Amino acid sequence: MFRRVAVRLLSHRRHFSISEIPVADDLFMAAWRRIVPNLDPPKTPLAFMRPQPSSASAASTPSKLTINLLSHYSSELSNKQVDMVIVPATTGQMGILPGHVASISELKAGLLSIHEGNEVTKYFISSGFVFVHSNSVTDIIAIEAVPIEQVDPDSVQKYLTEFTQKLSAASTDLEKAKAQIGVDVLSTLNSSLSG
Amino acid sequence: MAMAALRREGRRIAGPLMTPHPVNPLRASLASSDLCNREHALTGVRFISTQVVRNRMKSVRNIQKITKAMKMVAASKLRAIQTRAENSRGLWQPFTALLGDIPSVDVKKNVIVTISSDKGLCGGINSTSVKISRGLHKLNSGPEKECKYVILGEKAKAQLVRDSKKDIELSMTELQKNPLNYTQVAVLADDILKNVEYDALRIVFNKFQSVVSFVPTTSTVLSPEVVEREAEAGGKLGELDSYEIEGGETKSEVLQNLAEFQFSCVMFNAVLENACSEQGARMSAMDSSSRNAGDMLDRLTLTYNRTRQASITTELIEIISGASALEG
Repeated sequence: MFRRVAVRLLSHRRHFSISEIPVADDLFMAAWRRIVPNLDPPKTPLAFMRPQPSSASAASTPSKLTINLLSHYSSELSNKQVDMVIVPATTGQMGILPGHVASISELKAGLLSIHEGNEVTKYFISSGFVFVHSNSVTDIIAIEAVPIEQVDPDSVQKYLTEFTQKLSAASTDLEKAKAQIGVDVLSTLNSSLSG
Repeated sequence: MAMAALRREGRRIAGPLMTPHPVNPLRASLASSDLCNREHALTGVRFISTQVVRNRMKSVRNIQKITKAMKMVAASKLRAIQTRAENSRGLWQPFTALLGDIPSVDVKKNVIVTISSDKGLCGGINSTSVKISRGLHKLNSGPEKECKYVILGEKAKAQLVRDSKKDIELSMTELQKNPLNYTQVAVLADDILKNVEYDALRIVFNKFQSVVSFVPTTSTVLSPEVVEREAEAGGKLGELDSYEIEGGETKSEVLQNLAEFQFSCVMFNAVLENACSEQGARMSAMDSSSRNAGDMLDRLTLTYNRTRQASITTELIEIISGASALEG
């Protein structure tokens, strides 16, 4: 079981040669050794980072986008090479192509579509963040990411009517807010299913 | 005379079960120990009674069974939670890639979030977490700086309450009553962020590397103000300004959301890793415990057999010497 994990880590390292992230924070290590000499210093996440592709030089633009789609229960896609990604940012649908300027944006509930050659894969995302780095690596971190094929339209309809009812029947602000969120997400889901 | 011999035989056989008969008044006075029955052989060597050894063997055997069962339970719980922990490992990587992890950052308000288990018998992982937390506290306390604890789990609370009671801001227990999920951790993170003022949050936990190896780790999450300050100062976060911030009204609002999201993601991974480490540590602790119980059982068995054989030999000697006394 554990050998599988090690092999997976090693296979990631094969792809990229340069990693720019330091393995440890030297200042911290030095301070620790001075003040708490008897104990080994704790490791930091830097020690466990997967190597990242190097920052691209200003001249070249990579031909493909490298995306990582992550949610809390799995890494759906990691280091996948695609042509274009359309994310549901809070400011609207945002398309990301190779060579996109580095940006951080918040996502709202909506459809994420990944274009690779002629095929398009769609995921429904509840919300999250997207980081586009200058080397055309895009990290999409979502709270929930579900392939759209796995969503059942009938239950979406059912829950939508249920939440709309709850919204109209809601008395306190909290209930209203909860019902409103339900209605928003479900109507987005509904429109994503059809559109 | 035959009757006398028979009577003597009877007494010898029933010897282990009775308090020593006064063969010799001097020896009898020495046998008043209430811990063990002593059988005085003719050679003057004392033996522990076989009954005592048998009782001990029974209790050690029970302990061995219990610890073996606990090991099996821990192994099955570990299997269940390990896949989830490994899947959640990708979650914090983008944040560290973007913002880096700088535990040497110099801030005024430090909060150390120590994650530990509620139940014991899991080896030394909780003590290690507490030692690291104390080390971080020492590192980060100074004239203008303050350092507070937020404790998750009973075991760390018990240890830290002893000497740092006034520094404990918040403590939460019984996290694993329901299976761990992101919603629960998000609510927890929200609680902490709302109630505790912080410039930097340092999460201390045990990262699960394998069933026998747990690495104490600390992750640092900075508040949005500190992120902005560090970005201006340059260094790793200096590149942050090159990123265009989209969404939300202002840059600081997005950074605020980012910091909170980062905290909840890192917490989720940390809590899962710590739970895995706990089960793994419990497995190895119970395994070594049942192995020790097995060794002890072996030694006791030898003692038992030796005692039993010695008493049989004694009986034989007495019978034979009695018989030869009769003849001769």
